[in-house]
Amino acid sequence: MSEDDPRARAARQFIEALPHCRALGMRVDRAGEGVAVLSMPWAEQLVGDPRTGVIHGGAVSALMDTCGGAAVLCHPDAPAMTATIDLRIDYMRAAKPRSRVTATATCFHVTRSAAFVRAEASDEDGLVAVANGAFTVGP
Amino acid sequence: MPPEPVQEIKRRRDAALAALVEGVPYIRFLGITFDRRGDELTGVLNFDPKIIGNPALPAIHGGVTAAFLEVTAIVTLSWSMLWDDLEEGRLRPEDLTPDAMPRLPKTIDFTVDYLRSGLPRDAYARARINRSGRRYASVHVEAWQDNRARLFAQGTAHFLMPGGSERPG
Repeated sequence: MSEDDPRARAARQFIEALPHCRALGMRVDRAGEGVAVLSMPWAEQLVGDPRTGVIHGGAVSALMDTCGGAAVLCHPDAPAMTATIDLRIDYMRAAKPRSRVTATATCFHVTRSAAFVRAEASDEDGLVAVANGAFTVGP
Repeated sequence: MPPEPVQEIKRRRDAALAALVEGVPYIRFLGITFDRRGDELTGVLNFDPKIIGNPALPAIHGGVTAAFLEVTAIVTLSWSMLWDDLEEGRLRPEDLTPDAMPRLPKTIDFTVDYLRSGLPRDAYARARINRSGRRYASVHVEAWQDNRARLFAQGTAHFLMPGGSERPG
């Protein structure tokens, strides 16, 4: 992210201050022009299957939802605030245990009332999940 | 044979449910517990400051809401898979150790619909299994806070049932 873009900087500060994002150790790797890249480390507390150490799908959902919101906030036509209207996530495979998960979300269209986002999540071996969502624009 | 004492039935069912839920670190991390009435489960998302997304509102993080719905759907579906074996004595709760746990369904896709913001207090969810076939299951889940009829989120999940990826022999 170019730190001279005030909107991108605001998006990063906003996301990294959210209590749940801090609890998950989420980091904004890049944000600007409607594209956000967020990542989250593997952690024992995120495990959904103790036998394999695979993280729970819900943790991937939390990362994708946050990344989608960040993509909306850093879009040039974006509002100062947004909320998820709906999100659909397709889980292609289990995330690799002990691997960092990185999500990339693109806000590809914004109207006066809705913003549309696609997102992908990958671990070090490749694609794990994809998502599509709609977000609110304005209060 | 006399009917099984009521406390014995409750002990068996509660022990099996605890085995299903308590072994999962992420369910503990989010502070989700389950209330049971017979075979009916209600997920409870016990409020904690770390589940807050936006502190300015404040509101529960959308990702936590999604995870709560997904956990409730998968636990309800897994519970329904175990129920018959448990009630007919083919499965004993003491056998449900993390290593011996039956294989659980895997999420194929999940759609969450955010209806209003989650307030900073406890939330509840119940799932309805609309289809549970040999390979696939479709589960609808609803979450509310103060009023059962006033949902703050709902979702639909599709699951691959354990062994469902194998070709029929």
